[in-house]
Amino acid sequence: MSVLKKDYIYNLMLKGKRVDGRAFDQVRDITLETRVIDKAEGSAWVKYGETEVLVGVKVQAGAPYPDSAGEGVIITSLELNPLASPEFEAGPPKEGAIEMARVTDRGIRESGAIDLSKLCITKGEEVWIIFIDIHVLNDAGNIQDASSIGAIAALMTTTIPAERNGKGEDMAMPMRDTPLAITVVNIGGSLMVDPGRDEETVCDTKITIVSNQDGSISGMQKSGDGALTEEQALKAVEMACEKAAELRKVHLSNI
Amino acid sequence: MSDKPEKFIDENGLRLDGRQINEIRQMKIKIGVISRADGSCYLEWGNNKILVAVYGPRELHPRRLQKADSALIRYRYNMAAFSVEDRIRPGPNRRSIEISKVSREAFEPVVMTHLYPGAVIDVFAEVLQADAGTRTAAINAASIALADAGIPMKSLVSSCAVGKVDGQLVLDLNKAEDNYGDADLPVAMTQDGEITLLQMDGNLTQEEFKKALEMCKEGCRQIMEIQKEALRSKFADDQLAIEVPDEMVESIDIAVTLEDVVEEERETEVEAEASAEEITKSDAEAGSEDAEIEDAEDEYSVEDLEEADADEEILEVEEEPVDLIDEEAGNEDEKVATEGSETREQ
Repeated sequence: MSVLKKDYIYNLMLKGKRVDGRAFDQVRDITLETRVIDKAEGSAWVKYGETEVLVGVKVQAGAPYPDSAGEGVIITSLELNPLASPEFEAGPPKEGAIEMARVTDRGIRESGAIDLSKLCITKGEEVWIIFIDIHVLNDAGNIQDASSIGAIAALMTTTIPAERNGKGEDMAMPMRDTPLAITVVNIGGSLMVDPGRDEETVCDTKITIVSNQDGSISGMQKSGDGALTEEQALKAVEMACEKAAELRKVHLSNI
Repeated sequence: MSDKPEKFIDENGLRLDGRQINEIRQMKIKIGVISRADGSCYLEWGNNKILVAVYGPRELHPRRLQKADSALIRYRYNMAAFSVEDRIRPGPNRRSIEISKVSREAFEPVVMTHLYPGAVIDVFAEVLQADAGTRTAAINAASIALADAGIPMKSLVSSCAVGKVDGQLVLDLNKAEDNYGDADLPVAMTQDGEITLLQMDGNLTQEEFKKALEMCKEGCRQIMEIQKEALRSKFADDQLAIEVPDEMVESIDIAVTLEDVVEEERETEVEAEASAEEITKSDAEAGSEDAEIEDAEDEYSVEDLEEADADEEILEVEEEPVDLIDEEAGNEDEKVATEGSETREQ
């Protein structure tokens, strides 16, 4: 079955087409709704084509890591909820889910998107711990990018609940950057952004690139059974940075 | 755990451990260190100590996991509890699960899994001592262990990382550079420079990425030379090995080739077989091949038989571990810090 699908997608690619009629460098339509969960300190419901992801941010006071006593903590988890696809099963996260959560986490952490030093309550004793929980509600491909934009949007709407916890005044999440992940797949030597589910299942290689406002890169991950040439890697980075800038402008500037 | 050094690169352009910015750490390799395994490798790289064992191709249980048209590769990256400064809880964690996944995918493009339908190739990589760059070290060792196991591959895989310290790109990060550096870009490549593993965290501009990739390429090339040299010293100069006559080389080639190879694949296959055949010489365990045939599906058994024949013709290379370890001791004083910054990432 997947061989047929692969042939079909490959032959379309040769004609310069994609399954859903998009251009190779075209991202699906995205809608982003923020503050959808009142009980969460920040939240975002992302529709990336038909892929739907709900991100909730909870903030709690807790102990810092001993080697970064004056900094807040970020914990990212991603659940491939069995309601989202016949292929997902309940139970502890598998490697795919762990990988996506960690790529999202690294993008946010390494870009310095959150000023962790401002999340310190008492140095060495108490800091704010930011829990980013990503719930996948419908898998129509490229959960990674949907999670990434959802996490950033949710963080941008997050308020640190200091008053409720008796730790001073509420404050907005100290954001410094908006890293966005863009995934590019290699199908028969052609690169396409934002793979749909079929493209994702037949592709040899996926590469996710997280880029920042200034065009620098803060995270990258090759995934899948294939290899990439050097030129493809460089081209993918270029495509991803361009797309990320575009999405940032359209979807994040008005949050 | 040391505090962040003031400067990573001194006025002479040398790094904390005295290396140039484009110099890799000293690597020591021992092949065939685990007698029960089909292939194994012990590798020291700087202060990293890695042990890799390969088992297989062997029958995969449970059967429902078997793939009808190819072998399954399983890769387990595991850190020993004592391998870092602060003891880590034994067993898989999120970091090791991710590393296992991407490392497996680093080998998927090169291992000729279609030759072993229904089988599994198990790679167990154990980090005995960690000192920055354990995933790349494990991949380098696994590559050699796979070759030692006689598993046909299109190329060896070599891996190293480039990072950024003091705003400058440096090859093969040491512990301090890894902990306090601004970027880390582990890459694995085949001999053709195809990228089979690529991860990045930190901060790089597009230009820096381009340059970093170039540096990785050069690093991987050097490492591949070391890997090849290690394999050669173990197998090529073996006094017990009988020279394979030219006409027999051909018959070995045929043995490892699937009859229905697509025409366009032919070219790459031939190259690959050259290396596969080199590798096969080492496979002393013709017996294990026989056992496999009993289990193999009927339609494939003919090929397997041919292969086993070929193996017998190539004769038994004695599995005597050749000690390649350069006795020049590494920098023992260098403090082993923790993988803490990495492990605590959830």
